[in-house]
Amino acid sequence: MGYQAQFKVWRGDAEGGDFVDYAVDVEEGEVVLDIMHRIQATQAGDMAVRWNCKAGKCGSCSAEVNGRPRLMCMTRMSTFEEDEEISVAPIRTFPVIRDLVTDVDFNYQKAREVPAFAPPEGLAPGEYRMSQVDVERSQEFRKCIECYLCQNVCHVVRDHEENKQEFSGPRYLMRIAELDMHPLDVRNRKEDAQEEHGLGYCNITKCCTEVCPEHIKITDNALIPMKERVVDRKYDPLVWLGKKIFKRQELEQRGATGARSLDAPGPDNGSALDADHIAHIEQRGGAQA
Amino acid sequence: MTDPGTTTAFEAAGAPETGEAPVTHHTYDVVVIGAGGAGLRAAIEARLRGKRVAIISKSLFGKAHTVMAEGGIAASMGNANPRDNWEVHFRDTMRGGKFLNNWRMAELHAKEAPQRVWELETYGALFDRTPEGKISQRNFGGHQFPRLAHVGDRTGLELIRTLQQKIVSLQQEDFARTGDYESDLAVYHEYTVTELLKDGDRIAGAFGYRRPTGELVCFHSAAVVLATGGVGKSFKVTSNSWEYTGDGHALAMRAGAKLLNMEFVQFHPTGMVWPPSVKGILVTESVRGDGGVLKNSEGERFMFNYIPEVFREQYATSEDEGDRWYTDADNNRRPPELLPRDEVARAINNEVKEGRGSPAGGVYLDVSSRMPAAEITRRLPSMYHQFKELADVDITAGPMEVGPTCHYVMGGVEVDPDTAASAVPGLFAAGEVAGGMHGSNRLGGNSLSDLLVFGCRAGAGAAAYLDGLDEVPSVSEQSITTAREDVERPIHNSGGENAYTVHQELQQTMNDLVGIIRKADEMELALKKLHELKDRIPRVAVDGRRAYNPGWHLALDLRNMLMVSECIAKAALERQESRGGHTRDDYPTMDENWRQELLVCSLRDDEVHLEHQGQPAMRHDLFDLFELDELKKYYTGDELGGHRSDAPPRQSRGTEDAGDEAERSSTTVETGGDPGGELTGGGA
Repeated sequence: MGYQAQFKVWRGDAEGGDFVDYAVDVEEGEVVLDIMHRIQATQAGDMAVRWNCKAGKCGSCSAEVNGRPRLMCMTRMSTFEEDEEISVAPIRTFPVIRDLVTDVDFNYQKAREVPAFAPPEGLAPGEYRMSQVDVERSQEFRKCIECYLCQNVCHVVRDHEENKQEFSGPRYLMRIAELDMHPLDVRNRKEDAQEEHGLGYCNITKCCTEVCPEHIKITDNALIPMKERVVDRKYDPLVWLGKKIFKRQELEQRGATGARSLDAPGPDNGSALDADHIAHIEQRGGAQA
Repeated sequence: MTDPGTTTAFEAAGAPETGEAPVTHHTYDVVVIGAGGAGLRAAIEARLRGKRVAIISKSLFGKAHTVMAEGGIAASMGNANPRDNWEVHFRDTMRGGKFLNNWRMAELHAKEAPQRVWELETYGALFDRTPEGKISQRNFGGHQFPRLAHVGDRTGLELIRTLQQKIVSLQQEDFARTGDYESDLAVYHEYTVTELLKDGDRIAGAFGYRRPTGELVCFHSAAVVLATGGVGKSFKVTSNSWEYTGDGHALAMRAGAKLLNMEFVQFHPTGMVWPPSVKGILVTESVRGDGGVLKNSEGERFMFNYIPEVFREQYATSEDEGDRWYTDADNNRRPPELLPRDEVARAINNEVKEGRGSPAGGVYLDVSSRMPAAEITRRLPSMYHQFKELADVDITAGPMEVGPTCHYVMGGVEVDPDTAASAVPGLFAAGEVAGGMHGSNRLGGNSLSDLLVFGCRAGAGAAAYLDGLDEVPSVSEQSITTAREDVERPIHNSGGENAYTVHQELQQTMNDLVGIIRKADEMELALKKLHELKDRIPRVAVDGRRAYNPGWHLALDLRNMLMVSECIAKAALERQESRGGHTRDDYPTMDENWRQELLVCSLRDDEVHLEHQGQPAMRHDLFDLFELDELKKYYTGDELGGHRSDAPPRQSRGTEDAGDEAERSSTTVETGGDPGGELTGGGA
């Protein structure tokens, strides 16, 4: 096939910018990201585009194509008419760095605020036992490629900068659900979700689920069950009493284990390597014997 | 050397001002370059050993190329077949690499992989399970038993996310103690390192730039761990992302380290071939591990015609036997679709060349006729997704079209197996950027385990190096000025070459002339073209804006890609045999005299210099893990002395290389590399 398409690509930075017109060749089987690369190679060598795998696995190339948040590598040119003008803009919820690249640090900050996986004490590496059916619930959420499209479309923050402080967004509420449903996680995360991460802001419009390129049922399988768990716990009189007595309990103080891995070998597979062993340093490469 | 949270002596050396664009200075104990599996594991280990660590990543944190790994992590946990143990894994790895592997690395890898995998569960990883609730393990090419821990076909994503989350959890601990998430473990993402800085012969830091702003940065650090991955972006058809520009390989060379085995480049047999825009993107080997078969345009399962002599006894000779193996592996031999990757890639190449290819120039990989649709979407969800979205092909209804794609470089920085230390004091390397572990060809699944095992060892090695350091190296102003000039050159150039055009020519050259099948005259031509490109690269000019300017970034990556390409071409021209990821049309067979020859590249006066280096003989107890008949296929006659089979029982021959029974079964090991002396106690 091969034809020339009309593109409008947003060019600019934090100070401002505008759409710039490009007429670009399109070959059979291409995706929008291919076209962005062709513009870079032939017309605008400095056009900023963030991308990595080009196979829908890394979640780097999020943008708004004709106003719809998409991964550019997964948006086939064959889904457009040949004479259709196609606009490409940076995702809206995060500050622009340059052209199609945005500052997504908000997400990394929110990730840090979710307490880490807390395994049961006394369970050594290699002793973990979980059934497939139990891990599958959390595995669905671990398919997330962190493209932040759900964070981008969520109306709680999309046009409400003021909510960003209180609200972690679907990606990190789902992370809390993932840990809560992890068969071996021992931390109680329900109050956290509600009180620290703004689960209550979510009113289940399912925008996150619709935009997810991994087709994760964020609303139905993570957010709604999490809301139900919070409610169950809130009105359970024993939990209420327990909370009064133990407050946030000892779990809060437990970090992940800080063990040095070479000091604490797992179940024996024929190797037991202690820390002292590593202390000798061979400066020469390839010294073996 | 320093306690977390304290300032280091480096700060005294910092902040030399040199005019217009300022340089931002940072000081750490350990700088890890690369945030894939090896880099993150190294950073975790160094931090757990009390060091202040910076992780530098070209991409956003969590986007590393490791996410592209699909099949799984090879580790002989024995969950699927209790007969599996490290010795079997070691043998498979050596066979896969055609016995050119650094055997000590292969040994450490096989022994430590299970611990490194189990450890991931303590970080929160959720692998697929066996009915008893253990980690499930799947079959893969070259592995005798089901050995790959996996999560569907997105294992790499699980690995990267798990390590990323472990880093965050360590930062949370630091925050609780210091009030600063990044006090002891900081991630500098979207930064590129362009040069390593030295004080005398030792590492003193790293220089680079911040991609979003173009600001220049200098990291002061006595230990640097390279974990930068591979070199695939030197080739046109590749499964690798833009980051794979051989940065670590080139940085190490310029710092004075050596690269070995660069001629061995793995072409994965199954990359997508249609549509053209996704040509090269990986189709996981799990498709074959789970029952997918390769067919040519005549509908023939052609792999049965390509079983090489050395593997004759381990592979099925009929389709019936091969099919039975999936359910009864103990009583049948595996189908030849699961031969090591180099064999399958060459076979596909030959089928296409002889006119039995698919319309787009590949062959057919069919899983649709082998299992129900629901099972395909459960076992291979991301493959289903990938073909549906990128090619509009439903793999549950029909075959995929696949062909070889540049996937992995076996060659890399020569390191000490135990500590991952290179020849340059303070410089460490782990993962794909390190060489030796995989010999001439890597088995699928051995990459993720390599990242974990040697990432961990590199972090520990760097920490131990710092503990033994009595003097703090410092960065000189002169080295910063030189590094800055190199970085700014493309900005100051005007009216010169276009970076994208030069890159395309480089990729085409490597693809066409130093690709999957190689010939002397073609490689000579390639070297000539590379020489021309070498003259053009310093003339590449870019638009002067510094903020997130991909043209500038590519211009700087080009010299690294060129340097590794030259190493590959020179080594490939020199090696006059075919072995693993190196196939010569003019020397089509494996030559046992070449097995002990390693080709090593170093930099002299800015020119790649190639020399031969001997391969150290394998330790006796490891040598004895193989049958003599198998070793005869790879070794020359006079290398075989000392095998257990020619030592009479209970009689020491008294020579240095005798495989004495008593010594072999004792618990002392001569390298001092295995303190527990657990060699004979292996196997679950």
